[in-house]
Amino acid sequence: MSPAHAGPVVIVDYGLGNLYNVLRACEAVGMAAKITCSPDEIGSAPAAILPGVGAFGDAIAVLQTTGMKESLRVLMNAGKPLFGICLGFQLLMTESREFGHHQGLNFIPGSVVRFDHPRDGSSALKVPQVGWNRVWRKNTAGASFAGRAGDLLDTTADGEYMYFAHSFVVAPADSEAIVSTTRYGDVEFCSSAARGNVFGCQFHPERSGVCGLKMYARFAQQVGENLDAAIQSPATGRALPPPAIPFAR
Amino acid sequence: MQSVVSSKPNLRVVPRLDIKGSNLVKGIHLEGLRVLGKPERFARHYYEQGADELLYVDIVASLYGRNNLLDILERTAREIFIPLTVGGGLRTIADIRSALRAGADKVAINTAAVRCPSFLREAAQKFGSSTVVLSIEAIKQPEGNYEASTDNGRERTGLDVFEWAQRGVELGAGEVLVTSVDREGTGLGFDLELSRRMAELVPVPVMACGGAATVEHVHQVATIAKVQAVGIASMLHYNLVRQINPHGRPFGDFETHLLQSATISTKFEDLSLATLKRELDAKGVNCRPSPVSEEVSR
Repeated sequence: MSPAHAGPVVIVDYGLGNLYNVLRACEAVGMAAKITCSPDEIGSAPAAILPGVGAFGDAIAVLQTTGMKESLRVLMNAGKPLFGICLGFQLLMTESREFGHHQGLNFIPGSVVRFDHPRDGSSALKVPQVGWNRVWRKNTAGASFAGRAGDLLDTTADGEYMYFAHSFVVAPADSEAIVSTTRYGDVEFCSSAARGNVFGCQFHPERSGVCGLKMYARFAQQVGENLDAAIQSPATGRALPPPAIPFAR
Repeated sequence: MQSVVSSKPNLRVVPRLDIKGSNLVKGIHLEGLRVLGKPERFARHYYEQGADELLYVDIVASLYGRNNLLDILERTAREIFIPLTVGGGLRTIADIRSALRAGADKVAINTAAVRCPSFLREAAQKFGSSTVVLSIEAIKQPEGNYEASTDNGRERTGLDVFEWAQRGVELGAGEVLVTSVDREGTGLGFDLELSRRMAELVPVPVMACGGAATVEHVHQVATIAKVQAVGIASMLHYNLVRQINPHGRPFGDFETHLLQSATISTKFEDLSLATLKRELDAKGVNCRPSPVSEEVSR
């Protein structure tokens, strides 16, 4: 658990979506967290959660004009854990094609595209996808995505059900970034991805019951370990990047 | 992809909790309410049984212009980590904000949207389409068409439910909840025609409500009407009431008048949410399995 002096994990509030259930999930796993829109608080926090539902363009505009975008970059460059959820995950990408063309945070290279007409046999599936779907840690060739830094799914069983509500999906430029995939009809999409200390998922762990809470617990653990590492390397004044195979027990 | 991977979407099975004051109630045709107990207890049970979402409806809020649901929401949101949808008496943007703050993920809007359709657009712009559910209480007319009503079926609107749903989705509703007032609480099964036409018409997910009493009813609405979600009240509530109070004697905070009425209780198959999902799955309707079975095997 994060030492008291490190301050709470920040939940980034850019005016869209419901952050209260994200906060409740943090509380449920004993992680001190705070909803904030202050760039200073974000920049100095031990870690950040970037949640959100709504439109990509609006969200990135708010992050840009308020200075929160720059603070998130500072946080990420300091090696601190960053957890993007749903729209927050999409915002981590380079660009989005949602109602025009928008630049994202570019923390995980890739793009955000609309669901490509998912079908089940002869019938078209609803977009948005709203409901529970399975999260697979293997690709079609059977190769595992597991075992990378920042992976919050590493203690989750393969094929676990999580709650989704989205019309757009991310496509990481580098398939190495993919942590899990999910199938909606005949469309297979990236349901979570990681790069360094940045992790994002398309589903809502705070709405995914016990399995989702486990990811929050994992994040809390990661934040704690990151702080421990920072204390052990005071010379650099910044946290060490997470180890290649973290949290092995 | 491995053969175990099914691409067919999972049906969302959603216990519906009608709330009056601080109690869970159940009626027939949304009227003649009886108190079943404290909603928090039912909510917790359904969460553990693998509910995919919970639907709370403040059943008298639109009659008296008040909303008692926020306290209940606050309490349940601390221990229940699945989507919570709330409806009943949400009139303003501030009402929606309060509901979200208290723990709701989605809000179901009926009366306020009928009175002022642009409210849907405003709500969707503020909170995102995925937060806004258009709630339609449908009453079948002698001519065979369906008219939207408000205030639990008491007030007619003159709106054709299908035209209204289409308009509501254009305005920004991300989901449609369609309740058959005629079937509600009767245990006669879902109105398949209403549900099917709605699911075929709108591009967004549809939740059907009203009439479920058996596994077969749910199977039919999933396979014939092809809805994405089902709202179920009486069938699940009565099962839990029976479990808590098998002999129909007053017990704790549960009232049991309804169990003494054989005409109601025998119509509803006595099975838990976990069993319902398992049986649906066996019939080929994909469902997220209940976490209960995992706990047993652990």
